[in-house]
Amino acid sequence: MLYFSKLRIISVIIFTIIFSYFALSNFTKLDDRFFSKNINLGLDLQGGSYLLLEIDNRPVITQRLQAKIIELKRYFKEKEVSLKNFSLNGDTITFEAQEQDLEQVSKLLKDKESDINQYYQSYKSHEFDVIENNNLFNLNYSRYGLVLLKNASLDQAIEIVRRRVDEVGTNEPNILKRGNDRILVELPGLDDPNRIKSLLGRTANLTFQFISQNSEESFGTEKLSFEDDNREAIVSKRIILSGDNLVDAKPTMNSQTNETVVSFSLDRVGAKKFGKATSTGVGKQLAIILDGKIISAPTVREPIVGGSGQISGNFTFQSATDLALLLRSGALPAPLNIIEERTVGPDLGQDSIDAGVLSLIIGFLLVIIFMIYKYRAFGLIANLALITNLFLLIGILTIFEATLTLPGIAGIILTVGMAVDANVLIFERIKEETKSEKNPIIAFDAGYTKSRTTILDANITTLIAAFILFFMGSGPVKGFSVTLGVGILTTLFSVYFVARLLTSLYVIKNKEKEQLL
Amino acid sequence: MNNISFNKFYRKFNILSLVLIITSLIFLIIKGLNYGVDFKGGTLIELRTNDKTNNISMIRDSFNQMNLGDVSVKKFGNETDFIVKFEKQNSNDPEFIKNIQNKLSSSIGDVDFRRVENVGPKVSSELLKSGIIAISLSLAAMLLYIWIRFEWQFSLGAILAIFHDVIITLGIFSIFSLEINLSIVAAVLTIVGYSMNDTVVIFDRVRENLRKYSDIKIYELTNISINETLSRTIITSVTTLLALLSIYLFGGEILKGFSLAMILGVIFGTYSSIYIANPVLVALNVSQRTIVKEEKD
Repeated sequence: MLYFSKLRIISVIIFTIIFSYFALSNFTKLDDRFFSKNINLGLDLQGGSYLLLEIDNRPVITQRLQAKIIELKRYFKEKEVSLKNFSLNGDTITFEAQEQDLEQVSKLLKDKESDINQYYQSYKSHEFDVIENNNLFNLNYSRYGLVLLKNASLDQAIEIVRRRVDEVGTNEPNILKRGNDRILVELPGLDDPNRIKSLLGRTANLTFQFISQNSEESFGTEKLSFEDDNREAIVSKRIILSGDNLVDAKPTMNSQTNETVVSFSLDRVGAKKFGKATSTGVGKQLAIILDGKIISAPTVREPIVGGSGQISGNFTFQSATDLALLLRSGALPAPLNIIEERTVGPDLGQDSIDAGVLSLIIGFLLVIIFMIYKYRAFGLIANLALITNLFLLIGILTIFEATLTLPGIAGIILTVGMAVDANVLIFERIKEETKSEKNPIIAFDAGYTKSRTTILDANITTLIAAFILFFMGSGPVKGFSVTLGVGILTTLFSVYFVARLLTSLYVIKNKEKEQLL
Repeated sequence: MNNISFNKFYRKFNILSLVLIITSLIFLIIKGLNYGVDFKGGTLIELRTNDKTNNISMIRDSFNQMNLGDVSVKKFGNETDFIVKFEKQNSNDPEFIKNIQNKLSSSIGDVDFRRVENVGPKVSSELLKSGIIAISLSLAAMLLYIWIRFEWQFSLGAILAIFHDVIITLGIFSIFSLEINLSIVAAVLTIVGYSMNDTVVIFDRVRENLRKYSDIKIYELTNISINETLSRTIITSVTTLLALLSIYLFGGEILKGFSLAMILGVIFGTYSSIYIANPVLVALNVSQRTIVKEEKD
C-alpha cells in the first residue's frame, strides 16, 4: 500500500494543483480565458426571492369543457345525429342521445380514429373518458387528457411569467417547471419582491365590452364592479376586443387632461374589429375590463379606426407602467397563486457568508491544532490532506457551478470535522500493528490494508444519507447534501492519495527511527 | 491500549437509555414537536429595528393588533434582531408583507425585514411528508446496507442504536420546544449517517476479533473491540464536535438549531454505538459460530 510509482505521484500533484486553481479562481481574479467558472451563491447567501407559484387550472378546465360542448353540438349536427339536454355538472359533460343513435354516438366517441375525442397513441388513452348510462352519455377528462391540458397551460403560463420577470429586469432570474401545475421563480439579488409578486399575481385578462343600456341584469349581460370604487355596471357579455390583439402598450401622459394613461396599439385584426365596433357604438360607454374589474368606461365620441387608443383610470405613473407591462407580456391562461415565498435581504445574506466563513476558519483551525497535538508529524500529514480536501471540494463545486447555501457551508465544516476520521482510523491501526511488527514499512502497509473496509463502510453510510437528502431535499438543504456528498469523495481521494503519498515518503525517509507514530 | 470495562455498565446504561427513550416518546406523543413555518405553514419574519428601546412585548403588541392569528416573537442573536412567526400566510395578496411593514413602522419606528418566509398549508404538508419519507428512506437504506455487509444480529444492533439517537434527539427538541425546520431534517439524516458510521467501525472490529479469538465470549469480546477502537472513537468525535461547536458559536443564528441537533446526535451516536449496539450483540448471543455459519452459506 505504500508504494507509489513516479507517474502516480506526478498525477496526484497535477490533479491537486488543477483543482486548487479552480478553487482559488473563486476568490481572486485569475485568467478568465482559461477558466471562468464560479460557485453560485444560493439565495440565502446573496439575498433574493424564491417564489413557488401554483396554477389554478379550474377556470381553464371549465372554459375548455364549455368550448367542448359547443364543439360536440356542431360535430354531431354535421353527422346528422340529434342530441339533446347538454349540460355541465362540475367537470362532467352530460347529454342524451336517441335510442337508434346510441351505437353511432358511442362509436364516434370511442373509436381510436375519433376526431371529436382524440386518442393519444403515446398514453393509450382518449382525451375524455366516456360513460354510457342507458341513453345518457357522461364525458369526463381522462387522467392523461387532464395532464396534457395542465401541461399546455403550464407551458403558456411559464412563458408569460418569464416575459413579465424579464420586463422588470432582474439579474439572472431562474424560472423552472415543478410538476405539472407549479412554477418556481428564483430572483437573486432582489431586495423587494412586492412588485414582482403583484405582477405575477395578476392574470391580466383585458377585454373591451359595451356597457348595457338596460339597468337590469339579463341573459347576455353581467354585473361587474369598478376597480377603484364600489360602483357597479351592467356590461354586455359580447367581447369587442381582447388583450390578445394588443401589440404594444406603454405609459404616456395625456397632454389634454394632464393625466397618466396607458397607450396601446392593436394588430390589424384588432384595429378592424375596434374600428367597426366604435363606429356603430358612438355615444355608448365602452368598458375596459381587467380581470373582471372595470378600469374605466369612457364614452365613445367618434369611431376609433387608427388601431391605437388610450386607457385612462386614475393611474399613477407606476401603476400605468405596470399595467402596460402586463398588457405587453400577455394574459396568463389561469390565475397563479403564490404558495411559498422565501426572501432574504442582501445584508442578511452577507452576514450569513461572514458567519459561515468565520466558523469554517475557526472549525478548521481547531481541528488542525488538535490533529498536530495528537499525531505530531502525522497530524501535519493529515492536515495537509485536509487542506487538499478543501481545495478539491471547492474546486469540484466550482467545476459544476454548484450552488453554495448556508447549510452547504455547514456541510463543508462538517466535512472538515469528519474527514480526519479516515486518517485517524489508519493511524490508530498502524499504532496497533507497530506493536507486533518491528519493520515500520510492513506495519504501515498493514495499517492501511486492514483499515480499508472499515473506512469504506463508514463513508458509504454517510454517502447514503447525502444521496437521500439530495433527492428529497429542497433549496438550501440540497446544498448541504451536495457539499456533504462531494466532501466524502474528496476525503477518500485526499486520504488515499495525498496522505498516503506523504506518509510513504515520510516513512521511507525515517524508517530507522524508533517510534514513528 | 486502553482497558476500560465498558461491559460492566451495559445493564446500567441500557436502563438509562430506556428511560431516556420512554421520556422522549412520552414528550413526542403528548407535547409533540414545535414545527416551524416549513412544516406548519404560516409566516416568519426576521426583522431588525433601528430603535434599541424596542422590546419583545412592544413588537408582539404591534403584531397582535394586525389579526394575524397566533403570534410568537423571539430575540434572534443581537438586541435589535427579532424573529416573528404567525399563523396567517396570505402570499396571494402581494401587499400583505408590505402592509405589515408599514403598520409596524408607524407603531414602533423604522424596521428592516431581513428575511421573510411564507409557506402555504399545501406546501408545508408536502414538505413534512417528504421530510418523513427522507428519514424513513435513509433508515431503510442503512438497514439494507448493513444487512448486506453484516449478519442480522449486527444489523439489529446498528438499527436500534440509530433509532435510539434519533428518538432522543427529537425528544430533546420536544422537551425544550426547539423549532423543527427543514435544516433539522438534514441534521437528523446526518446523525443517522454518523451514528451508523460509528457503529460500523466497532462492529468491523468485533467481527475481526471473532475470527481472531476462538475462545473469548462475546461479552468480553465487545469490550476488547470497544477498547481497541476507543481512541479513534474519541478523536473523531472530538474533531467533529470541534467543527460543530464552531458552527454553533460563530455560524450565525440560522444554523444554531441545525448545529445543536448535530451536536446532540454526535454525542448520542458515539454513546449508542458503545452502549446500545454492543449489548444487542451480547443479548443475541453472537458467537464465533454466527459468522462462520454466515460465511459457509
